[in-house]
Amino acid sequence: MRPFHREEGVLIPLDRSDVDTDQIIPKQYLKRIGRTGYGEFLFDDWRRDGSRTPRPEFVFNQPAYTSGTLMVAGRNFGCGSSREHAVWALTDYGIRAVIAESFADIFRSNALGSGLLPVTLPAHEVRALLDLAGEQPGISATVDLETQTVTCGDLRFAFSMDGFERRRLREGLDDIGLTLEHEDEISAFESRRPAWMPDLQRAVEAS
Amino acid sequence: MTPRTLFDKTWDAHVVAQDDTGPALLYVDLHLVHEVTSPQAFEGLHIEGRTVRRPGLVVATMDHNVPTTGDGVSEADDMSRAQMDALRHNCEESGIACFGAGHRWQGIVHVIGPELGLTTPGMVIVCGDSHTATHGAFGAFALGIGTSEVEHVLATQCLRQSRPLTMEVRIEGSLPPGVTAKDAALGVLNTIGTAGAAGHVVEYTGSLVRSLSMEQRMTLCNLTIEGGGRAGMIAPDETTFAYIQGRPYAPAGSAWEAAIAAWREMRSDDGAVYDRSVSIDAATLEPTVTWGTTPAQSVPVTGRVPDPESFADAAERESATRALAYMGLKAGTPIQDIAIDAVFIGSCTNGRIEDLRAVAGVLDGRRVRPGLRVLVVPGSAQVKLQAEAEGLDAIFTSAGAEWRNPGCSMCLGMNPDILQPGERCASTSNRNFEGRQGRGGRTHLVSPVMAAGAAIEGRFVDVRRLATPVGSRS
Repeated sequence: MRPFHREEGVLIPLDRSDVDTDQIIPKQYLKRIGRTGYGEFLFDDWRRDGSRTPRPEFVFNQPAYTSGTLMVAGRNFGCGSSREHAVWALTDYGIRAVIAESFADIFRSNALGSGLLPVTLPAHEVRALLDLAGEQPGISATVDLETQTVTCGDLRFAFSMDGFERRRLREGLDDIGLTLEHEDEISAFESRRPAWMPDLQRAVEAS
Repeated sequence: MTPRTLFDKTWDAHVVAQDDTGPALLYVDLHLVHEVTSPQAFEGLHIEGRTVRRPGLVVATMDHNVPTTGDGVSEADDMSRAQMDALRHNCEESGIACFGAGHRWQGIVHVIGPELGLTTPGMVIVCGDSHTATHGAFGAFALGIGTSEVEHVLATQCLRQSRPLTMEVRIEGSLPPGVTAKDAALGVLNTIGTAGAAGHVVEYTGSLVRSLSMEQRMTLCNLTIEGGGRAGMIAPDETTFAYIQGRPYAPAGSAWEAAIAAWREMRSDDGAVYDRSVSIDAATLEPTVTWGTTPAQSVPVTGRVPDPESFADAAERESATRALAYMGLKAGTPIQDIAIDAVFIGSCTNGRIEDLRAVAGVLDGRRVRPGLRVLVVPGSAQVKLQAEAEGLDAIFTSAGAEWRNPGCSMCLGMNPDILQPGERCASTSNRNFEGRQGRGGRTHLVSPVMAAGAAIEGRFVDVRRLATPVGSRS
């Protein structure tokens, strides 16, 4: 996982709430078996019309924002389907952090596991960022995980993140490796599990 | 001892390790896997040279992509078939049971878990699918996870989770005629909003919940994710035990006695405290139709499409304005004046045998409106067999509906079952997001009986006014 320390880049304002993962990456693009190549289809139904012609009014198609690496949106970003492809589409496109009023739980977990920084800010601060990035297309912002701040023009906001999540992102940690350090505890737990709990391997062996 | 909630008990019994800070490591009792969110997880294991820790606690099926006509494989597009082949191969290599296309136990992952007796009270269950909340109907802590977490669970049989808050949704009373668990779930969402349960595990309590069948409880828990809840749960009772007993993987003999003794403990203690509580009077519930592009945007069938200006909150006004534009609806239009082009009956929300019986009860002796496309898609191969044994398929086909093979189908339109741009659908599924059932498609979420009523009339109709009492057949 690519570590995250600090990202400075154009801030893309997506002034919508309840942006669901079906919008971030429509289902017809979930059929690949790899983790790459999804960026082209990010927000596909909003970026292009039925004949695949770009919709100029959509913020991701406006020239000032096309190099953007940071985005800001309303509340409940990433709701709906658990598809991690939504995170892969954002990172593959080049987005490194999403700032929002709130995130859906599964999306947030997926983001943290794939090196995309989810930054939660209060509604009035999100509003200020949306307005500023809308009024000054192409304005740069900085998201700094070391100082846990977002800065954009004269705006400077602090965000919080728990210690484990922050360390994981900063160091780009391998979650599975970390968990396997608990091998003794996992084995001990397994030896205590009730025998009546379903186990398909045991069922096959018994039959 | 401090009184604990059902969730607290389940959580406490599964903590493998807990650092002073950060998330706990929870043991996973059952990991359900399907073809769309697993290939990258298996690939990740291969790259790191890791193996599946407990293949006996993993079950795979094919549901998202499978065509619902033919043999379930040959009509699939190349990429779908590649995903199905990858799943079959990965399962063979890892020793995971795979009930794939054509298998007698194939079906939507959230239908087959309970049906096979794999889903039981007090478990931690995960799946790379957000509707995993369905299994909470049995008193399990069941949650959707992403593909990186799928890989993590395959390798370690554990999941890292920060402890969620708890929320009680208490529904007292009984379901009025023509009102179903789907309407109750839509009613809850309308009350709490799309993020109303974010960060919380919801426990559904109250006399209404106790009176529901397992199928209805699954419908209620299924939609928890649409309110942002991490999981939904219902304490197990005699209804739960009766459903589980005798199923293929359910404990039997002395194991059954041990299991049921443990399950009886899986309920919230008297005096247990929830972080939040919401109360709903069942008498206020009505057959419900969504008008917008989130499952929380709904009104009773007797209502009208709302005026966006009627919402106090700016974000809700903006969302409603966008939704009406996408849905091609005008504020003030009576719901029963909205004509539809298609009807979809199925999904992990409403694709079980009881749902199909309810639909048959409405369609029996009637015809669907000419020109309407009506798909009835059973949730699993077993549901299909059962429905055919009861003659339900004949009722559907003689009414003019299409009787299909099991799968997720038009709920998310990954297989060939999709809406065309501008087509309007009455759907028993769970999401009315833009483009969910096909690019440009317009989805209205309803209960199975409401979908059946709409199929007959070609527009939304109050099922309470149809001549034959709902469910009379069964």
